[in-house]
Amino acid sequence: MGQTLAEQLLSRAAGHAVAAGEITLARVDRCLTQDGTGPLAVRRLEEAGMVQAANPAGTVLYLDHAAPSPRRELSNDHMLLREFAARVGCRLSEVGEGVCHQLMAEDHAAPGEVIIGADSHTCTAGALGAFATGMGSTDVAVGIALGMNWFRVPESFRVELSGEFSRGVYAKDVILALIGQIGADGATYKALEFGGPAVSRLAMDERLTMANMAVEAGAKVGLFPSDQETRRYLTEQGRGDAWQPLAADTDATYERVLRVDLGELEPVVACPHTVDNISLVQDVAGTPIQQVFIGSCTNGRISDLEVAAEILRGRRVHSGTRLIVVPASRRVYLEALDRGFLRIFVEAGGMVLAPGCGPCVGVHEGILGDGEASFNTSNRNFKGRLGNPEAFIYLGSPATAAATALRGRITDPREVLE
Amino acid sequence: MIRKGRAFKFGDDVSTDAIAPGRYFHLRSNLPELAKHVLEDADPQFASQVRPGDFVVAGRNFGLGSSREHAPTIIKLAGVSAVLAESFARIFFRNAINVGLPAVICDTGSIQAGDELELDLEAGELVNVTRGERQRVTPLPPVMLAILEDGGLLEHIKKHGGLKLEV
Repeated sequence: MGQTLAEQLLSRAAGHAVAAGEITLARVDRCLTQDGTGPLAVRRLEEAGMVQAANPAGTVLYLDHAAPSPRRELSNDHMLLREFAARVGCRLSEVGEGVCHQLMAEDHAAPGEVIIGADSHTCTAGALGAFATGMGSTDVAVGIALGMNWFRVPESFRVELSGEFSRGVYAKDVILALIGQIGADGATYKALEFGGPAVSRLAMDERLTMANMAVEAGAKVGLFPSDQETRRYLTEQGRGDAWQPLAADTDATYERVLRVDLGELEPVVACPHTVDNISLVQDVAGTPIQQVFIGSCTNGRISDLEVAAEILRGRRVHSGTRLIVVPASRRVYLEALDRGFLRIFVEAGGMVLAPGCGPCVGVHEGILGDGEASFNTSNRNFKGRLGNPEAFIYLGSPATAAATALRGRITDPREVLE
Repeated sequence: MIRKGRAFKFGDDVSTDAIAPGRYFHLRSNLPELAKHVLEDADPQFASQVRPGDFVVAGRNFGLGSSREHAPTIIKLAGVSAVLAESFARIFFRNAINVGLPAVICDTGSIQAGDELELDLEAGELVNVTRGERQRVTPLPPVMLAILEDGGLLEHIKKHGGLKLEV
């Protein structure tokens, strides 16, 4: 019987064929932590007397959540991580390099790998055909020290994509609509496997956006096949030799098949305080917004900034609204600089901050006031997410965010697109 | 071992942001201080009212969101003997067991705030003393039960000299 992509990937890492529902030990190719979860992982390893990295080149400690640090406690955490990296010889990604998941995609993740990360959006690298999943500090600490961990092989949901986007609709709308359809726990413990005739037309930036949010439906991974677009992306990053073709077997067994016609979708928004609280943009249009955040591991890539810049070019952000733009990595920042996007944002009245998680985690850079509302291109709108439980967060595409910044109210991007 | 305590009731979709809010990010390396804010955005009174042995009782999808292991860690530090829920988000579930906090899937619909509960994990039984109700809870997979019984994942690894699925 054929295997799903999830079964294929875990079978390779386990060294023998495994099927959905089985629990297996498996090799881990890469481990990541960030500055919010890394210090605990380090302390767990110290307590266990296991200060070691089985695969130092495959271990990366990212400093991205509080970057640059707003407090001495967090600066001390950064120091702890730098010291640990030096001690075990693993990689460290400094403040200002960017968000861990973007950098994992640019620099490391490859089709066929198993990647675990102490950050729930580690599933982003599933866009490259890697079995990438979020775990806690202890699980990732074990992965770092031993180069392996245990896995329950997930059942898979096939998401069959067909059709072409209509104007003003983007990958973010697809994944939000899907989460709205199946619910915030609709795919708990499952693999979301994207397939169908539209997949080959989705660019890597779009795939990364969709894989990133698999966890918002509870999924363990969000997987794309590794195809010519994967090859193009890896080659562009100077890693063409990491490419290999991968796809689910045609006779694989799926627990559920979901069909999405991209052409039938409209711009959508996740309303407070859960990601599955989805409305059409036109149904909540007019809601006042005091802050717009364009960035994050979900939508801080060059194509996202390009869409926003096209909308904001030569225009001014609404006087009652603050626009914060955070490129997801140094590479994205430099390209946006070269292509004039950053100038457009600043001339429109926006702010461009250093690559990193930005306001998304509620640690710094854009904490909301009581009763304020923010429109974000990021992935979570939980109460308190932007540092204030008395505030409100809406999620949508970079186009909807840029349109909203112009008007100061939630705005359908089709009204402002040229 | 029978765990005894009172029920603190929560709803569906209690996120890790509600359990360990991001505005206390700087306290993540000071877990006793962070624990003073446990579940603050779901119930601001919880941290000051919880007593050792009490239960966190919730609906569906408890612990959704971020991978922060600080969430189950500070629930445990607050003295909670187990989290009972209709279902758990995947990462939280694994994290809870890894830090030695029982995460128990059961029918929580009839449990009311303040009910006296008794949980016998070994027998797989939950008794609501206040209401005179008893139920079987969903058993953990053997590997997770072994990790929990050893006190957490690292203790499990130390005890067995490595990561073992069957012990």
